Amino acid sequence: MAVSTKVIVRGGENKQIPRACRLRGFRMTSCAIFLQPAKIWRTLTYRFRDLLALEPLTADELRFLLDRSKPSQEIQKHPLKKLATLRGKTVALAFFENSTRTRISFGTAAARLGADTMNLQAEASSIKKGETLLDTAFNLNAMKPDCFVMRHSASGAADYVARHLDIPVVNAGDGTHEHPSQGLLDALTIRDRLGTMENLNVTILGDILHSRVARSNIHLLGKFGCRFTLCGPSIWVPRELEKIAPGVPIRCVYKMEEALEDAHVIIMLRVQTERLNDPPLSANDYILLYQLNAKRLRRAHRNAIVLHPGPINRGIEITPDVADGPQSCVLDQVTNGVAVRMAILYLVIAGASESGAHPALEARAAPSEESSKKTKESANAGD
Amino acid sequence: MLVIKNGRVIDPASKTDAALDVLVDGEKIKEVAPPGKIAAAGAEVFDAQGLIVAPGFIDLHAHLREPGQESSETIETGTRAAARGGFTAVCCMPNTKPVNDNASVTRFILDRAQATGSVRVWPIGAASMGSKGEAISEIAGMKDAGVVAVSDDGKPIATAKLARQVMDYCRSLDLPVMEHAEDVSLATGAVMREGVTSTRLGLRGMPAAAEAVCVARDVQLAELTGARLHIAHLSTKASLEQVRWAKSQGLRVSCEVTPHHFTLIDEDVTYDSRFKMNPPLAAREDRTALLEGLADGTVDAIATDHAPHQAALKDVEFDRAPFGILGFETALALALEQLVDLGRISLMRMVELFTTGPAQVLGMERKVAAGRPADLTVFSMDRTWTYNVEDSSSKSRNSPFDGKKFKGGPMATIVAGRMVHKN
Repeated sequence: MAVSTKVIVRGGENKQIPRACRLRGFRMTSCAIFLQPAKIWRTLTYRFRDLLALEPLTADELRFLLDRSKPSQEIQKHPLKKLATLRGKTVALAFFENSTRTRISFGTAAARLGADTMNLQAEASSIKKGETLLDTAFNLNAMKPDCFVMRHSASGAADYVARHLDIPVVNAGDGTHEHPSQGLLDALTIRDRLGTMENLNVTILGDILHSRVARSNIHLLGKFGCRFTLCGPSIWVPRELEKIAPGVPIRCVYKMEEALEDAHVIIMLRVQTERLNDPPLSANDYILLYQLNAKRLRRAHRNAIVLHPGPINRGIEITPDVADGPQSCVLDQVTNGVAVRMAILYLVIAGASESGAHPALEARAAPSEESSKKTKESANAGD
Repeated sequence: MLVIKNGRVIDPASKTDAALDVLVDGEKIKEVAPPGKIAAAGAEVFDAQGLIVAPGFIDLHAHLREPGQESSETIETGTRAAARGGFTAVCCMPNTKPVNDNASVTRFILDRAQATGSVRVWPIGAASMGSKGEAISEIAGMKDAGVVAVSDDGKPIATAKLARQVMDYCRSLDLPVMEHAEDVSLATGAVMREGVTSTRLGLRGMPAAAEAVCVARDVQLAELTGARLHIAHLSTKASLEQVRWAKSQGLRVSCEVTPHHFTLIDEDVTYDSRFKMNPPLAAREDRTALLEGLADGTVDAIATDHAPHQAALKDVEFDRAPFGILGFETALALALEQLVDLGRISLMRMVELFTTGPAQVLGMERKVAAGRPADLTVFSMDRTWTYNVEDSSSKSRNSPFDGKKFKGGPMATIVAGRMVHKN
């Protein structure tokens, strides 16, 4: 049964959007930047229309999303993987920045839910012809997708588009800000492998400053009592990182041996080789100081697991024996990525119009136009 | 003839704070006298009961965008907004298209101001040709045409060598050099202030040091050349310390602070590009230092850095948006709210920061006295109003203060005896 609550349905008219403008000494309006209150889904649950960042989500909401991924994980093991849950729905995959893994993962997730996709890739797009991000988004939206999954090189780009679109926006990575689905799939992988994601020692290695993955990891796992050690060259691991999530114990260290001490989870980040010259740091020095090899891994907890969002630079940040070793979860992450993204798409699309069971439990056709319309109308009325 | 009756005249030059009537005749003030003493039959009367009558406000730092970027602002719309904000004179920065680096552009600006402007326009000439930081511009020619200072605003004077040359030359011409202090090599690609907020948002930050490094360079060069150096939109504690030191050494160094820097901080930044300006909103402790500097006299002027940008340019991803926000219409109200009402400075000091302070930077005087030009700003301390940017006189809408409620603001602006704005 749907539990209808106060919903803000954002129309095309962006004048209705409350502005986020805090001034010294008082608050003008509430911040609508990350948050769009959305719909109640059965018991709890998810207050937002979009999925733009993990930072504003509560532990309950995060756990809910992970729990909702479990049935999808089961589906990955079936010989027949296609459901009809989102049949008739369309997911726009707007990748303004190159991506292989995430785009295919979202595409696969959509396909397994029975949804169609429309694809935008940076190289082929009219962005090259000078069209603005918003115009591109409006044009794709005019083809009537039900959800807008986007990646963009500018931090806050998904947030910006979400303020202007009337359909749910899912952030598939915005600049150096957040990568929510990656944060969720990492947590799912950790929880599956270690049996818990609470109170763990998590070490993140590499270019943290420019990593959207690290931020999403911190904002998720930090809400479950995890302690973070961030390690890498100091210019990539500024002390400010220790304060980005108030209440979460985060420390920056610059010696890898120290960083690995007693770690339960080691999250490697890709060395963006294009950044190795800015700041100047030679690849050889990086290997010498920060490469994860078998010997260094032994400093971590006995059962420590190693994650990497990919793509891996074998022989730079990680040695092949570790990448392929028993502690590595790299391929589990990829499998879980599809499951998490199925849960996300289901949540933002079907959750918008209907409560109800998970796709895996209730593989049936998408909700009818009428029922979704009704929900929106009642929502508007209650606003 | 116009008589402004029953107002409370605050005149920093003479340290006057008293109930006085002001009689304006033509372009000049004819008489200032206690209430009821002025006999001017037939004169138009403006009842300033409960209002403050101050010398005309001067804005040392604005972008009027004409010539070249008229989609964002023109001299006509910009000066109308300035009049609404209580300003009687605005200094316009030279980063127009073409750059104001020679007398013909200066004359064009002054001609347009004459024809379409609501308030006085005092152009600032570029320090280098095209503000490119290579060759020194035609400063003497521009001075003849009417510039009041030089600056490569938008960026610093590119090299220490050129800055020295410009200062040397401007010393002989007795023109102040206004510096946009920023070490650009430290700020490449940056869109906000470096700190916890930029790190959390994943936005590229410029360190506070980017400003202070350049201020230090210029203060040293001011000492070397004896030039009048004015640090524009000063935003950090360390820069303020440099200025404080320079003043203690007797150097001719001054600085201005913008209303947004004494109101907002980096923690207020969201992905909304109306919070993007250069210098970026600074850290909490920087703002605290600026408030102290405004109170103790280290800061000479409040300047708006009014920087209109049309929506097509500004309403984009944060990374791509140009720097700058509107400033004229909210400056006085923000100063009243943040500085006077909270007891940080006196009303007299605030008026000084808008009038005699900036006048001194330009080597001018401001005074409410007989025989002086009738440039007056009349404002209220208690009128409540809401800033709705859609009603702005500016052509652009890029203000983070849209929708904000204020207590106190401009009521009438008189330029050369003419009422150019009245609430």
